[in-house]
Amino acid sequence: MTWLEIDTWIVVIAILCAVSCSLLGNFLVLRKMSMMGDAISHAVLPGLAVAFILTETRASFTMFVGAAIVGLLTALFTQWVHSFGKVDGGAAMGVVFTSLFAIGLILIKAGADHVDLDANCVLYGSIELAPLDKIQILGWDLPRAAFVMGLILILNMVFVGVFFKELRISSFDPDLATTLGINAQLMHYLLMAMVAITTVAAFEAIGSILVIAMLIVPAAAAHLLTDRLLHMILASAVFAAISAGLGHLSAITLPRIIGFEDTNTAGMIATMSGVLFAFVVILAPRYGILSKALHRLALNLRILREDILGLLYRVDELKLVDRPAMTYRQLREALNTGPIQLQLALRRLRRSGRLKVTSRGYELEEPGRKRAQQIIRSHRLWETYLAEHFALPLDHIHAPAERVEHFIDQQMQDDLALETSTPTSDPHGKVIPPTTNS
Amino acid sequence: MAKIDSDKEDVPVQLNASSLAPAPDMSRRIATGDEHPVCPLSIHDMTVAYHRKPVLWDIDLDMPEGKLIGIVGPNGAGKSTLIKACLDLIPKASGLVSYYGKPYSKQRGLVGYVPQRESVDWDFPVSALDVVAMGRYGKIGWCRPVSKAHKKAAFDALDRVGLADYAKRQISQLSGGQQQRVFLARALAQEAKVYFMDEPFAAVDAATEKAIVQILHDLKSTGRTTLVVHHDLQTVREYFDWVVLLNMRIVAAGPVEEVFSQENLQKTYGGKLTLLDQAAQAMAGIKQ
Repeated sequence: MTWLEIDTWIVVIAILCAVSCSLLGNFLVLRKMSMMGDAISHAVLPGLAVAFILTETRASFTMFVGAAIVGLLTALFTQWVHSFGKVDGGAAMGVVFTSLFAIGLILIKAGADHVDLDANCVLYGSIELAPLDKIQILGWDLPRAAFVMGLILILNMVFVGVFFKELRISSFDPDLATTLGINAQLMHYLLMAMVAITTVAAFEAIGSILVIAMLIVPAAAAHLLTDRLLHMILASAVFAAISAGLGHLSAITLPRIIGFEDTNTAGMIATMSGVLFAFVVILAPRYGILSKALHRLALNLRILREDILGLLYRVDELKLVDRPAMTYRQLREALNTGPIQLQLALRRLRRSGRLKVTSRGYELEEPGRKRAQQIIRSHRLWETYLAEHFALPLDHIHAPAERVEHFIDQQMQDDLALETSTPTSDPHGKVIPPTTNS
Repeated sequence: MAKIDSDKEDVPVQLNASSLAPAPDMSRRIATGDEHPVCPLSIHDMTVAYHRKPVLWDIDLDMPEGKLIGIVGPNGAGKSTLIKACLDLIPKASGLVSYYGKPYSKQRGLVGYVPQRESVDWDFPVSALDVVAMGRYGKIGWCRPVSKAHKKAAFDALDRVGLADYAKRQISQLSGGQQQRVFLARALAQEAKVYFMDEPFAAVDAATEKAIVQILHDLKSTGRTTLVVHHDLQTVREYFDWVVLLNMRIVAAGPVEEVFSQENLQKTYGGKLTLLDQAAQAMAGIKQ
């Protein structure tokens, strides 16, 4: 792999585009209008085409104005079709942006054919060539795309920074915002205008598909990672930058490895953001699949431990022998559980001093007995409560209590006792032991 | 009273005045009268329609100051619509609403709002304190950050509803009752004089219900006027001084002991208003 100056510029431009998009994307995702970015990025095409036909230059100021206007019109038309046509919001958006995009395509074909604005370029961009188009800024040779996107990034940062409070409240609770004098509609259209401008600036370099990806994916990932809006915005920017960097890196390395000649950087950036997103979905600390699975596993183990204690307590209650014990095999059969879970649960119970192993098998230690008594108490109080308040036959109250007993804390247990006027035996006639927490 | 009925002339379907108007109108006039030259909330001849279908007809109300006012009525009676129209959140087909004699746009700072809990996304990445601080945004003004003093005010409001310990929690990590209290704290942070609350008692736990009742009494004792959309008829007498019985029109409005009668409830919830509904359907072009 050889890293050239042009590679550096490609990465810089990609990062500027990705971060610019991701900043605004947070608010699209939070307002549950992610597809609005999609709609606007397609719908601005007629705006571009008209501006193009009028001025015959690309990236002119008129082009931005044209795009911003059509971007706003997209949001406005969508709103109109939705409210006047009584059409579902998503459908309204679909109608509006496909129509506008088609008009744009026709305009390009018909009017702007002699200049190089082609539909493919709009969709996929041409970031590999972007660094070659240079302009002089203060005696510095700068790729035009880097300069434009730098400005857009600053613009977006200022927009999000200055209107942070207003964006937050109008995204969270537009009605309240409006009653406080922060017009949520105005903020909505301001945001749409910013999305339109950013989209236009970015998609010459990276193409509209990647623009859509960068508007949505980093923000969606950041939402899974954080609990604060500011953190979410920062995390989305970092995510976008990493996707851009990794995307180009993999675009110039991966194809050789798997035997292709070359590939498209924009495509790889979008792919990378998808891969990173998958990682986040699996690994996110609170909302990730892995963390949820671990929590479930920990919960199941706790329930198993409590069931072991409860089982030994009940055997003891029968007073068949003086100091009852159960062998590993007996426990496994009674609890109907897998060997790994049971081993884990037993080891933990022994280490915490709740269980001991004697020649006859597993026996309750005093702390274990106390804990077991609490669980049995909760179980039987719950049965009493169910029997008193609901028309359940007696043989239907054990199973629900078996589940609920593990989730009853001291407070709830006291409330239950109060509610059932502190009974001494459960509906099956079994003794409800007193609480061991005093 | 005569005025209201004469306004009905242009409505295509003749309203059955005998079943609707006389009793409620009288109680309304007696209760409010002219002894409040500038009342906190005055609604004059307001009609609200969705897609030409009227959902609120000719609402005339003068709210007394410093009272707890319950708004009750069946589903679809237009209770939330009444609040939203008063707050300029939905357009009025006709009518005027004024707060202390001036339109809402001039009195925003005096009016607080507690929307229904389900109206927002509780997965939104903000803390309880962030949400309460939103109540201060009107006072802070555009584009300025939330200062320490405003944060302190928000925290104090959170403390008043018993959630000081939960200030930093992300809002989805709160129970339903706690979320409702966060909304209430946000309204307190607004430091308004007139409050609208849309079903604050809906599906809350006992602790929250107690906290809300306490807050309502505090608001009353400091001279605030509070309008609460309420579902539980059992507790109307206990919680409120005043009640508005609403079913597309105002069936009755006045002090609870005067208007919260079996007869008025029958009118509000009973089948006698079907004519009104038929008229609304006809105006929306729906054939029956």
